[in-house]
Amino acid sequence: MATLSAKDFKSDQQVRWCPGCGDHAVLAALQRALPMVSSALSYDKERYVVVSGIGCSSRLPYYMDTYGFHSIHGRATAISTGIKVANPWLTVWQACGDGDALAIGGNHFIHAIRRNIDINVILYNNHIYGLTKGQYSPTSKFGAITKTSPYGTVEHPFNPGSLVLGAKGTFFARSLDVEMELNAEIMTAAALHDGCSVMEMLTNCVIFNDGAHRVISDPEVRADRTVILRKGEKMLFGKDRDKGLTYDGSRLKGVRIGKDGQNLDAVLVHDPTEDNIGLQMALADMKGPDFPVALGVIRDVADVTYDDGVRDQVKSVMEKSRIHCVDDLLLSGTTWEVK
Amino acid sequence: MSAVYGNTLSTFPDYPAEIRAPHDTVAGVSGFQVHIGSDDVRTPGDLCDLLVAMNPAALKANAQWLKPTAMVLVNSDAFDDAALEKAGFTSDNPFAELGIEDRAIIAAPVSTLTVESLKDSGMDRKAVLKCRNMFTLGMACFIYSRPLDYAYDYLERKFGKKHPEMIEPNRKVIFDGFNYASNIQAIPNTYNVAPSGNRPKGRYRNISGNQALVWGLLAASEKSGLPLFCGSYPITPASAILEELAIHKSLGAKTLQAEDEIAGICTAIGASFAGNLAVTTTSGPGLSLKSEAMGLAVMAELPLVVVDVQRGGPSTGLPTKTEQADLAQALYGRNGECPMIVMAAHSPSHCFDAAFMAAKLALEHMTPVLLLSEGFLGNGSEPWRIPSMADYPDIKPPLVNGALSEGEKFHPFERDPETLVRRWAVPGQKGFEHRVGGLEKNHEGVLSNNPQNHETMVRERAGKVQRCAADIPALEVLGPAEGGLLVVGWGGTYGHLLSAMEAVGDSASYAHFDYINPLPANTAEVFGRFRKILVCELNSGQFADYLLAKFPGKDIVRYGKIQGQPFLVSELVEAIKREI
Repeated sequence: MATLSAKDFKSDQQVRWCPGCGDHAVLAALQRALPMVSSALSYDKERYVVVSGIGCSSRLPYYMDTYGFHSIHGRATAISTGIKVANPWLTVWQACGDGDALAIGGNHFIHAIRRNIDINVILYNNHIYGLTKGQYSPTSKFGAITKTSPYGTVEHPFNPGSLVLGAKGTFFARSLDVEMELNAEIMTAAALHDGCSVMEMLTNCVIFNDGAHRVISDPEVRADRTVILRKGEKMLFGKDRDKGLTYDGSRLKGVRIGKDGQNLDAVLVHDPTEDNIGLQMALADMKGPDFPVALGVIRDVADVTYDDGVRDQVKSVMEKSRIHCVDDLLLSGTTWEVK
Repeated sequence: MSAVYGNTLSTFPDYPAEIRAPHDTVAGVSGFQVHIGSDDVRTPGDLCDLLVAMNPAALKANAQWLKPTAMVLVNSDAFDDAALEKAGFTSDNPFAELGIEDRAIIAAPVSTLTVESLKDSGMDRKAVLKCRNMFTLGMACFIYSRPLDYAYDYLERKFGKKHPEMIEPNRKVIFDGFNYASNIQAIPNTYNVAPSGNRPKGRYRNISGNQALVWGLLAASEKSGLPLFCGSYPITPASAILEELAIHKSLGAKTLQAEDEIAGICTAIGASFAGNLAVTTTSGPGLSLKSEAMGLAVMAELPLVVVDVQRGGPSTGLPTKTEQADLAQALYGRNGECPMIVMAAHSPSHCFDAAFMAAKLALEHMTPVLLLSEGFLGNGSEPWRIPSMADYPDIKPPLVNGALSEGEKFHPFERDPETLVRRWAVPGQKGFEHRVGGLEKNHEGVLSNNPQNHETMVRERAGKVQRCAADIPALEVLGPAEGGLLVVGWGGTYGHLLSAMEAVGDSASYAHFDYINPLPANTAEVFGRFRKILVCELNSGQFADYLLAKFPGKDIVRYGKIQGQPFLVSELVEAIKREI
């Protein structure tokens, strides 16, 4: 197997996202992560299939020099499911936006998670419909003023994290487009996870929703308003890493170490492999101003996958059955001879 | 039973959409029609020789189908005042009200007799009464001189594994029913339907349309060497296809019960991209939901079989009734210029060959194929001479083979100049990385908004479908090769039309279409030999409209029926005679 580099995953197509769009950084992170994944799992390039729905981020397959399928609005998850079930040997990556995956494609999204089909889903979340030029999405904030909500929306947004965990997802990670290192790390973890891996990428739309995540992504405040969770590490954050998360028996609490009698011992240690969803759900739900937004791999638990289940069941029935070809089938059951 | 005995037969279940429709009401009546004979039986029959009515509602719903010489067997225990009233009878003589007093009426206290038959069985009354249909089956076996062994064999197969305790009671009730019928001296005539003498030699089995369709797909999977994948969502009357296929994992088939119709077809499209023989199955409303994804398959030029077991529409319509009204949707129901191969099965057993050919055309021409079946075919059954797979052709999809030369790039939409078919590079092969999708592309597989390119690609996709005509059989004419009237049908009306044409004789000819888009290559030539075309179909004239558009100026007239029921042979004979 040849060693692959980011360049091997770059197609000859010109990237057409707007200058400054967060999608550029996610693409770069993916092209950086896949060589690492390939070397960790001994995958050749022809094993990758990149699938997408419709939306700005769904142009991704054209920019990846892999097998690719740019499908129709909302249906990427169903296409990915078919590819993976038909040939579990392939490794499937999917790009979809907040409108694509959570509005028109919401049904396929939750069912792929429920089935735990082994696909890697990058969910680009910019809180807006970009390609259709600025209508609100299912993740737009309550009251968001957009082209279709000139007086503000009157509907609550989805938090993709709680949706994934609520559907008993086995892998959920969150990051910001600008966190290149972390993103490559998350993508590698997702690839190593057997099952449906959802990576929420908080991306910026410079044209229709510029600064949607500025409140947490701005370099000035990012360290204080986000917490990067890593397995086995304390949940510490802040520029001076002097803030931490504790649990007071019923809920999470943000504390400052050394203040009000808080010491390092009380700060929680992150365990994404814990099967009980409770604490992970609380972490995924955290938001300002009281809490930092959780980034990193929030949940990563092992469970049986749908594609393995389908393959193994077919194999076991084939081994036991007396019907080995269509002629056997045609002659099975009640038949009679006309002489 | 009759099939194994050697008769020819045709069956047709007719039932309401409700699982437990209100008892004793006319709207809630379920029926099962069976037509047996020594010679070719092609339809479930127009009028019956024996009507078995287990309650007054069933009698009322079906009295219209009695021959003047028919017998009526009723369960007199169920004809109490309440049931008569519920069925809308106003007197205690329903036979007089229906004007069928002159028929031979056999009123047997079936429930009482069944209870008596099983009084020593130790079963509770509810379980005992469930056996009462078997009592009437025993009586019917006497009337039609059926050996009971076949019925007993059936009980063994039905209950042998899971409920062996049910075999003996049912066997006893059938036996007692048979003897009761023979003892009461009230049966005016019995029938002896001899085994068919003129059927081709060979091994036979009984098969329903939905079952045959699945087996045909499995045959195509074997002949193409590609695993079968079916992504579907349950819907009446197509569900039995997914159920039947789920049984046959022994042949490597994968089934996915999707979260909705759209996921059904999209998982199939994904499986096709990954190199499987991909199928999605549905019925009318489901086909509507799949429209956009069918367009994607047309655009990505991936092989796909879409099966529509038609039912009465529009919308939810008549879910359990048969109709041929999805033809226009099959031909045109997608955005943009989006032609697909459209074909139709014409009998329950023909669903096997139709499914095989649908898969063959899809795989060899890299296009989705829409195969139209009908509730009447899917649920209906008939004896079938078992074919040998050695007699079926290989299926050769245009898979890329070998490696690309140094620096060579795979162009996914370059076409065979003769067939306009593109090559299929299944993911996993080194060097053939490429992208497909719903956006317009050029031959190299690169996105293109170029005006001329779009026109070229639209015309080529349409041309590819039209050129399949070279691979489909010519249209055959039954009866005189030329003349005044050519009767035309498509799909499940075949058996009825064939029987009608026998009655009409040589004063008209008949051609049946299994292929609708493209039409068989000789269609224009055949039509040119006749002065008038009469199109008979179970809708208001969709195929007639299609043919008129293809053959403007031709004298094309129509005969349609839109009642959720198959044609009657008698009404077809009348309609044809009117046009001669």
